[in-house]
Amino acid sequence: MIAVPSRHKSLTLLAGVIVAQLLLLAVQIKRDQQVRLIRVWAVELMSPVQRLTSWMIDDLGNFWGGYVGLRHARQDNQALRAQLDNLKIRNAELESRALEADRLSGLLNFRDSHTEVPMLAARVIGASPDSSSMVVFINRGSHDGIRRDMGVITPDGVVGKIIAVYSDTSQVLLLGDKESGVGALLAGSRTQGPVKGTGEPRLSLDYISNDEKVTVGQQVLTSGQDRIFPKDLPVGTVAEIMPDRKSPFMRIRITPAAHLDRLEEVLVLLSRQEMTPKKETDASTAPVITQPSATKGPAVAQ
Amino acid sequence: MEHSDVYVGPEPHIEVYKYYGGVVPVAVVVALLLQAFFPVYFRWAGYLELPLLVTLYFALSKRNPSSGLLLGMVVGLLQDSLSRTPLGLYGIAKTLVGFVASSIGARIDVEHPIARFLLTVAFYLFHHAVFSVTSRFLLAQRNAVYFTMPILIASVVNAIIAIALFPLLDRFRRPS
Repeated sequence: MIAVPSRHKSLTLLAGVIVAQLLLLAVQIKRDQQVRLIRVWAVELMSPVQRLTSWMIDDLGNFWGGYVGLRHARQDNQALRAQLDNLKIRNAELESRALEADRLSGLLNFRDSHTEVPMLAARVIGASPDSSSMVVFINRGSHDGIRRDMGVITPDGVVGKIIAVYSDTSQVLLLGDKESGVGALLAGSRTQGPVKGTGEPRLSLDYISNDEKVTVGQQVLTSGQDRIFPKDLPVGTVAEIMPDRKSPFMRIRITPAAHLDRLEEVLVLLSRQEMTPKKETDASTAPVITQPSATKGPAVAQ
Repeated sequence: MEHSDVYVGPEPHIEVYKYYGGVVPVAVVVALLLQAFFPVYFRWAGYLELPLLVTLYFALSKRNPSSGLLLGMVVGLLQDSLSRTPLGLYGIAKTLVGFVASSIGARIDVEHPIARFLLTVAFYLFHHAVFSVTSRFLLAQRNAVYFTMPILIASVVNAIIAIALFPLLDRFRRPS
């Protein structure tokens, strides 16, 4: 047995007695908020350990979340990128459909505002491979009642006329083609003259006398004389006026009312019945149009 | 014990005194009673610290640190229990006094009146310092003071009393 020097025994006893009395004090004394001193000491003794433990756990968690947990981040990233690409495509598709719905809504409103004229909605399904001619194909043909020389319009204005009819498709000669033309008149003065295509974006209004008063921006309407389009459909607006000293007629360039370069849906006039002047259509009261099928396009009008 | 460098007891020339049975407890009880009794009738008795003097006397005389600190603890806890201080406050102070006084008594001769006077002054201030430190740092009693002139006066007063008291207690020593 190891002998303990009496001096050490005394010191040990002293330490034990002092600690015991400190604990006795701690049990009796209450600090602020009536917390016993021994509880304060216990908390202050334990809190560094708790902080250290918490710090270690947090760091371990951060390490786990920042490194170990990111083992599959690369695969997840790739999968998310693929998902993002798909969503972008889907978003573009939905935006396209929304725009199409807007256009179809415009067609429907136009048709509803001219119920006296039977019209057939059609979708542009192709263009001519010949760059010198401005023609498009629509998804309506003889089975749908389409006949040659029927007028084709949009709510914005005249588009062209049917020049060839097949069972389920038809070919439309656009107003901008050099072979195309429509009887027209100047709004206001009612001076008539044919509008012809030039093969360029702008049309030509011919046979307007130099003496005639024409202004840029003046509207040009159909005259109904060509037996294709009813009267007073918008053809375009005067964009340029060039008096010709060598000729009694001025040269007038017209900006087409219809967007001939980006046609997607059109209306085929099934008869040459006169149209009443346009009614202002309230968009809020316009009927909802159903989504046309991708192959057949908008529903047949009455 | 064969360790020549280890402390095993008082110096050979220092005598260790023993007392008749019951002297120590009686002295402690009397000191505590007087400590509680005097201040009621005599204002100056507030300077007295009779339990400290009794603790100091027996610690210096017995010269055993273990018994000295245990005596100090008992006297201090009894004083705490008779006063309004938390149990342990006087106990810690008198435990340390008992331990240190016993250790000193084992090395030097403390029988001379001047030595007793000086030791009493020193231990009174040490006792007060321990009491104040404990109060201030453990109990957050910020009004505890370490040293003032009244405390110094009290230490001198108690030292004077000790010079008279210690020879009286010497009479209860058992002849060796």
